[in-house]
Amino acid sequence: MIHHQHDIVIIGAGLAGLRAALETSQVADTAVLSKVFPTRSHSGAAQGGIAASLANASDDSWEVHMFDTVKGSDYLGDQDAIEILVKEAPATVIEFEHMGVPFSRNPDGTIAQRRFGGHSRPRACYAADYTGHVLLHTLYEQCIKHGVNFYSEFYVVSLIMNKGNCCGVVALDIIGGELHIFHSKAVMFATGGYGRAYKITSNAHANTGDGLSIVYRIGIPIEDMEFVQFHPTGLYQHGILVTEGARGEGGYLLNRDGERFMKRYAPEKMELAPRDLTARAEQTEINEGRGIDGKDYILIDLRHLGAEKIMERLPQIHDLALSFVGVDCIKEPVPIQPTAHYSMGGIPTNKHGQVVIDKDNTPVKGLYAAGECACVSVHGANRLGTNSQLEASLFGRRTGKTMAEFLQREEGFTPLPEDAAKPAEEEIAAILGNEGKESVAQIREELQVSMMDNCGIFRDEKKLQKELEIIKGLQERYKHIHIDDKGKRCNTDLIDALELGHLLDFVEVIVAGALNRTESRGSHYRTDYPKRDDENWLKHTLAYRTDKGPRFDYKKVVITRYQPTERKY
Amino acid sequence: MEITFKILRFDPDKDKKPYYRKYTVKVEPGMTVLDGLNEIKWRQDGTLSYRRSCRSAICGSCAMTINGVNRLACNTQILLLKRKTIVVEPLRRFPVIKDLIVDMDDFFEKIAIIKPYLIANSPAGPRERFQSPEDRKLLDEAVICILCGACTSSCPSYWYNKNYLGPASLFKAYRFIFDSRDEGTEERLRIISDRDGLWRCHSIFNCVEACPKSLNPTYAIAELKKKIVTTKL
Ligand SMILES: Cc1cc2nc3c(=O)[nH]c(=O)nc-3n(C[C@H](O)[C@H](O)[C@H](O)COP(=O)(O)OP(=O)(O)OC[C@H]3O[C@@H](n4cnc5c(N)ncnc54)[C@H](O)[C@@H]3O)c2cc1C
Ligand code: SF4
Ligand code: FES
Repeated sequence: MIHHQHDIVIIGAGLAGLRAALETSQVADTAVLSKVFPTRSHSGAAQGGIAASLANASDDSWEVHMFDTVKGSDYLGDQDAIEILVKEAPATVIEFEHMGVPFSRNPDGTIAQRRFGGHSRPRACYAADYTGHVLLHTLYEQCIKHGVNFYSEFYVVSLIMNKGNCCGVVALDIIGGELHIFHSKAVMFATGGYGRAYKITSNAHANTGDGLSIVYRIGIPIEDMEFVQFHPTGLYQHGILVTEGARGEGGYLLNRDGERFMKRYAPEKMELAPRDLTARAEQTEINEGRGIDGKDYILIDLRHLGAEKIMERLPQIHDLALSFVGVDCIKEPVPIQPTAHYSMGGIPTNKHGQVVIDKDNTPVKGLYAAGECACVSVHGANRLGTNSQLEASLFGRRTGKTMAEFLQREEGFTPLPEDAAKPAEEEIAAILGNEGKESVAQIREELQVSMMDNCGIFRDEKKLQKELEIIKGLQERYKHIHIDDKGKRCNTDLIDALELGHLLDFVEVIVAGALNRTESRGSHYRTDYPKRDDENWLKHTLAYRTDKGPRFDYKKVVITRYQPTERKY
Repeated sequence: MEITFKILRFDPDKDKKPYYRKYTVKVEPGMTVLDGLNEIKWRQDGTLSYRRSCRSAICGSCAMTINGVNRLACNTQILLLKRKTIVVEPLRRFPVIKDLIVDMDDFFEKIAIIKPYLIANSPAGPRERFQSPEDRKLLDEAVICILCGACTSSCPSYWYNKNYLGPASLFKAYRFIFDSRDEGTEERLRIISDRDGLWRCHSIFNCVEACPKSLNPTYAIAELKKKIVTTKL
């Protein structure tokens, strides 16, 4: 066991983790742990843009951005947090530009902005269709400049608590195979999303939602997990993303009859309706036999944009479609299907990034979270595209600031409890020692396929009940796995098994939460309860772990400026 | 169709030296080399180690040598290689940690040497710094680099002199030196005009061939050479 001590430990090196680290490393001894090298984090896959009402392309204001976001969230977003998001958005983007982000430009030299679904103004600031890549690399470059301390390829296994205070984490050095204890005054989770709970996803292999299960296991609730965003345009059979920017630039969605079917679902916004609605429209077309050749895909047509615009604004999409489905989008429409994309729910936090554990927002001392793994909640029941990179960066910074302030007040370290590493040691020993017959890959595959079938875009009681049974069965089988690699060095077999353990814990909350919420709101659509029910369900779900499955409690939605009304596009 | 994967394996904790191991994979159209490796790892031999994450050619984790050429495993379709046997090896000349996982510390240190961040000391003001679309266009290729290492690993000048900064590092230098907002040109030109800097590039173009993102580091290095001769240091 190797011991380290740092004032602050940040888990995750995506936009949220890196932005926080930049804030804290100037004033406190900060360590960033990441299971992949920082620039390999999945923030780098973000394509379309980052929202801010810069008004470079039309009139715009934070108020309009706020209204769009509140409406997009189907009124479940907390409006105090949303107000911070939209008011600080322009400064966030300008700061990025000053750091060196190579945004695409207007002829007058200002940052270019494009349209995005659910936004009533062109406010997505972008760098062609690799915005996340340049944001992530720029933040990493700034971290090099400021000497941020990285532990790359360290896999965090468990959290250390003592008397209700958080005092560190236990992590496995993936390369060397040793366990390390990181003793700290503050821990921040920035562990990103969990698309890998589903078979078809836009997410990286590494997106297994570890952070959610790590906190859930020690009694901290997770919030609004039933809200899972499906993105309307994933490359057929791969799930790899075709950015919404492709529709922002003018792309059409077509069914088997060559019809722009969105006119029947969102006559005004058409292809630029928000994602929940567009993904449902698409799935309806497919379910009713209007997929291409009656199969489970439709088309996105970019041909009318012309080669020049495609190569200038959407070069990565051009590449991806060629490499993965063999289609040149300049000449042919691209086959696509909905793909599991984003988690609106997560570890509950307040506006300052402190993790809170109940409906009264009581914070845990020393524990913080931001980015996709967190739920503040600015996205409510449905996130608008480009609001998430904004959220990760902006709340990453805010959380860094809160931690830095906390350290000013906090003198000493909370002592480590005895056997601080025991849960992690036991978990790893159990996996290495297990000689059962079950395979990690097989269990994961069954989970991903069944989640797609039973807890996807359209849900109902029967399917969700069935999925809960399936998950319980898989959890049971997980106890009898075996892995081939028993060595120390780069044991990625072990990492796969640990990740599956994490997946199996929080998916139960998604499904139970979806079963529990007997209404339809945003991304959560129940065919047996197709209406939004503000009387009973205008509230956040908090799920606590018990031996019998999640126990639910609820938290009030913060409504300040915009009262819930019917949502039409 | 059945394809043989011949993979160079090495676990220094167990093996005296590297050896090839063969696996047979049933390949469907559309399957990538990464899908093939996953198939092996998940169903045949869990001890096989490699890096991967995004599986969409953007994170830079999965560069390796495939049939003698440096590529990304995740965007290389197996059937398009038109071979019955696919030979997979770790990136050349990078120290092997285990199987296909190589030590990239030196690679990243060389990136850090050239000060890979915007140097701009003039006050920026409350708004964005302006940049014309033409100036921004100069960066189109360089900002796409995913730091995968394929270029540097393929460079003969790097093979013979490990102190050479290598194409990826010089490409990064280009990305800032040719950024109209940057004010660190002289600093960086001094660093890269060192004897282990850009003069070690003999325009062999291996890096261009190797780059899985179809980028052209050699062109960038040539532009840097021009810049150096026209700048008074
Ligand atoms: C394909 C795609 C395109 C997108 N496009 C856009 C867009 O155009 N605009 C937009 O606003 N949003 C977009 N999003 C969403 C947005 O990119 C993400 O929500 C956001 O980048 C998440 O950032 P993050 O910092 O929270 O997490 P990530 O960038 O995912 O980082 C997670 C980090 O946590 C680390 N980690 C996780 N578990 C562990 C562990 N157990 N131990 C150690 N480290 C761990 C990982 O190594 C990684 O460094 C897109 C998402 C995807 C998938
Ligand atoms: S230039 Fe190309 S090959 Fe070299 S690191 Fe960048 S992406 Fe990889
Ligand atoms: S897995 Fe990310 S580049 Fe191949």
